[in-house]
Amino acid sequence: MSRSAEQRRGWGFVAPALLWTLAFFVLPFAVMGAMSLATLEGRTLVWGLSLANYAELAEKAYLWRAIMVSLEITVTVTVVSVVLAYPLAWIIAFRVPARWQRLALLLAILPFWTSYVVRSYAWLLVLAREGVVNQTLMTLGLISEPVTLANTRFATVTGFVHFFVMLLTLTIYANLIQLSPNYRRAAMDLGASAFQTFRHVILPLTLPGIVTGAFLTFVLCIGDYVTPQILGGNTELTVPQVIMVQLGRRADFPLASALAIVLMAIVTVVYLLSARWLKLDRL
Amino acid sequence: MRLVPWLYLGAAFVFIYLPVAALVLFSFQESNLPVPPFQGPSLRWYADILGDDDVMQALAHSLMVAAGSSAVACVLGFFAAYGLARHVLPGSAFLRGLLIAPLTVSYLIVGLGLLIVIQRAGLGLSLMTAGVGHVVINLPLCFAIIYASMGAQQQNAERAARDLGADEFRVITLVTVPMLAPAIAAAFFLSVTLSWDEFIISFLLTRFDVTLPVEIWSMLRSGLSPRLNAIGSIVFLVSVTAVLILEILVFRKRRP
Repeated sequence: MSRSAEQRRGWGFVAPALLWTLAFFVLPFAVMGAMSLATLEGRTLVWGLSLANYAELAEKAYLWRAIMVSLEITVTVTVVSVVLAYPLAWIIAFRVPARWQRLALLLAILPFWTSYVVRSYAWLLVLAREGVVNQTLMTLGLISEPVTLANTRFATVTGFVHFFVMLLTLTIYANLIQLSPNYRRAAMDLGASAFQTFRHVILPLTLPGIVTGAFLTFVLCIGDYVTPQILGGNTELTVPQVIMVQLGRRADFPLASALAIVLMAIVTVVYLLSARWLKLDRL
Repeated sequence: MRLVPWLYLGAAFVFIYLPVAALVLFSFQESNLPVPPFQGPSLRWYADILGDDDVMQALAHSLMVAAGSSAVACVLGFFAAYGLARHVLPGSAFLRGLLIAPLTVSYLIVGLGLLIVIQRAGLGLSLMTAGVGHVVINLPLCFAIIYASMGAQQQNAERAARDLGADEFRVITLVTVPMLAPAIAAAFFLSVTLSWDEFIISFLLTRFDVTLPVEIWSMLRSGLSPRLNAIGSIVFLVSVTAVLILEILVFRKRRP
């Protein structure tokens, strides 16, 4: 077969997936970009090259506030999840006997595979005023009145951390298990304490796994609408919640698009900051 | 000191399973509120939702969208992987990047983009449009999984088949697909799980016929209810089943 015929055949195989991606991902994305530069006059859409929607982000306090709330929640969730997941991955990789490891890991991440909606609802059961936590604490006599747990930022963060601890346990475990035990032995032989071994040998070697997991956490967390909507209530709004408000009540597609572009921009900045350590292809 | 890791492991499992346990336990609640104290067990709420046409229809819709969109994503992903792994194409690194790109964008943005285009084009929203959205998010995964498993071993078998006179169609159906069956099945079941659980794209891109997560969402407005526990438990059970199938497939593959 000649080279060009061979190439044509190759294109034939790639074409369907490529066209699908172009038509239903790239094109919508471009239209959304254009939409963010359009404006609403009354109820009619005026296409153009206006930066009015982006200017609104700086002018309107609630929009700016939403960006800050999203960032605060996402950073908190990412840090807490890494700190909680690392020891868990460590224990599964180095303390659980080899033949039980796969089972322990499977069990540790099984609830990961529930929909956001069901998982958030399940946390509502736990955190509600009459829920499991309050009832238990009251039965034990630790509190006399129910504590407000649901419809707070605490609830949103808890719901998120639950999800991302599982994700991070998986990525960090995958990283730990690839490490040759020789590194640890060598460090110990050279007189390093357990902590020094961890700090100077294991931690740097597992940094790619941590950064990859943390990046995924950041991306998924900042873009999620369901968890803050169900668990946070409407006490404070995140960017996805504001986007949904614009789509629903006000049908303000240009502003919603501008907010979506801002979310993308934030993710891109975080990607560039962490690109040095990211190993997305190793997942 | 030796106990600390095990205590941590125990505490982590309590944290991870607390909401699931509350969900499943109170789906068997006798009374109207899914909160302690537990009264039961009762199958009352399961009977209730199994008799609810809206819920059952949404469940059927979810299964249809999950199976349909996953099948399309697998077929497209397989051909793209075959094209890129077996043919030398200019700009193949860029093509791979483009096919994977939707993975890095949040579902909300994928859904919003599609919603704008569909509305501009004057088309209606339906299960079909939600399915199109699900293919967009699952195609990158299917492509990546299948592409990653296309090794030299299969290529040699394909060459041998070709030397023996098989045409391209036979090579694919008799050699490539059977050899890659575990990877294709893994891609399919992963897609099914993600599509089955997906909410925001379905929420934005459906109107009258909705999928199960969207139906649950609208029921959530009336607050805690054992009915929601019962549906949630069923949704969880289906996801777990798909994941266990996936686990067995991947696990089997790793064994020689």
